[in-house]
Amino acid sequence: MTAALQAQGLGKKYGRRWALTDCTLDVPAGRVVGLVGPNGAGKSTLLNLAVGMLTPTTGSIEVLGSPAGSSQLARIGFVAQDTPTYARLSIADHLKLGASLNPAWDKTLATDRIESLGLNPKQRAGRLSGGQRAQLALTLGIAKRPELLILDEPVAALDPLARREFLQDLMEAVAEHELSVVLSSHLVSDVERSCDYLVVLVDSRVQIAGDIDTLLATHYRLVGPRRDEKSLPHNQHVIAASHTDRQSTVLIRTDEPILDPAWTVTQLTLEDVVLAYMGRSSPSKQNDRPVLEVQR
Amino acid sequence: MIEFHLDGRSGVSPYQQIVQQVRNALRLGLLREGDQLPTVKDVVAQLAINPNTVLKAYRELEHEGLVSARPGRGTFVTRTLTDHSLAAHGPLRHDLQRWLTKARKAGLDDESIEALFMTTFRTAAQEDIA
Repeated sequence: MTAALQAQGLGKKYGRRWALTDCTLDVPAGRVVGLVGPNGAGKSTLLNLAVGMLTPTTGSIEVLGSPAGSSQLARIGFVAQDTPTYARLSIADHLKLGASLNPAWDKTLATDRIESLGLNPKQRAGRLSGGQRAQLALTLGIAKRPELLILDEPVAALDPLARREFLQDLMEAVAEHELSVVLSSHLVSDVERSCDYLVVLVDSRVQIAGDIDTLLATHYRLVGPRRDEKSLPHNQHVIAASHTDRQSTVLIRTDEPILDPAWTVTQLTLEDVVLAYMGRSSPSKQNDRPVLEVQR
Repeated sequence: MIEFHLDGRSGVSPYQQIVQQVRNALRLGLLREGDQLPTVKDVVAQLAINPNTVLKAYRELEHEGLVSARPGRGTFVTRTLTDHSLAAHGPLRHDLQRWLTKARKAGLDDESIEALFMTTFRTAAQEDIA
């Protein structure tokens, strides 16, 4: 199966600052992929490179089996951060624009969606609420009938109800049109519901990528009397460990059952897994992290 | 037709929650042979969950012989779980109530009862595996 996204040593430099360095990643097609990571990890840069809005400084990126760029535009839908629309154009103008710019435009789908959302086509986009604007952007993204839909933090600014409605409609579109989706988000609970594949990106590096059910089934928290985490069996990969003078807590990934009776074993939530991988690369970084302005 | 709901704090993965809810509905007689499960599209539109999650749950139920998918029409219940186990519920509940009274008399509070049940349950489950 061809990959939805495939990056090799991908890097992007803005002026003298690197936004993404040496990123290598492989995202399967036919999945709903959640891309999570701290601010500044390079998520938006990566997604903009994937849709061809940016060109790589180093390395390469392939989308649906061919190099990213203008030739791929018809196959990809993109909902950028903060779901931008043209404030002075009406909803109907947006749909007209979509129809004339996209060869595979599905007019019925677009008008049906606007109607079922209860939106007035004559209304200007600038007067829509955040949730309605996001829904308009999603409509444009779906109606061009792409094979891959890329969304950059689509729900970050929405209230809980609008967020749920947006994700319901997105999932319905996935079920109906067999879209591949890559979406970045800070909200792990949303990712857990709507995605089936997770990529954790920290400092341009993929910390972990995989099927969410598999990730949940192979990560554990072990709590027990103090011991060195290096003494664990070889098939137990330590993600994080902390110790008090009597007790050790270790987060591990393993495919094998845990047999040592000294441990109290608990399953992790997806949020625990994400946080463990996000925290893993930080200790070395923490020292050279710039001091916050207010603290100076 | 039944409706699914998800408990985000249960620690049980969404697909397992769907499987459990179908099994429960079969046990309680809410779903009977020939009943249709909600379509994948309906479930994802209602819960905002991933279609593959629903498909995975339905596949597992199919594998267990509880439902079968008819292409283009939907997924239908082929077997119930009520027959043998429902009759046993009454006496078992009675035993459990007696045990609970005994535990309270021994001075256990709700939390201790739950902890004792869960540890015993887990140990028993682990012994079954081993």
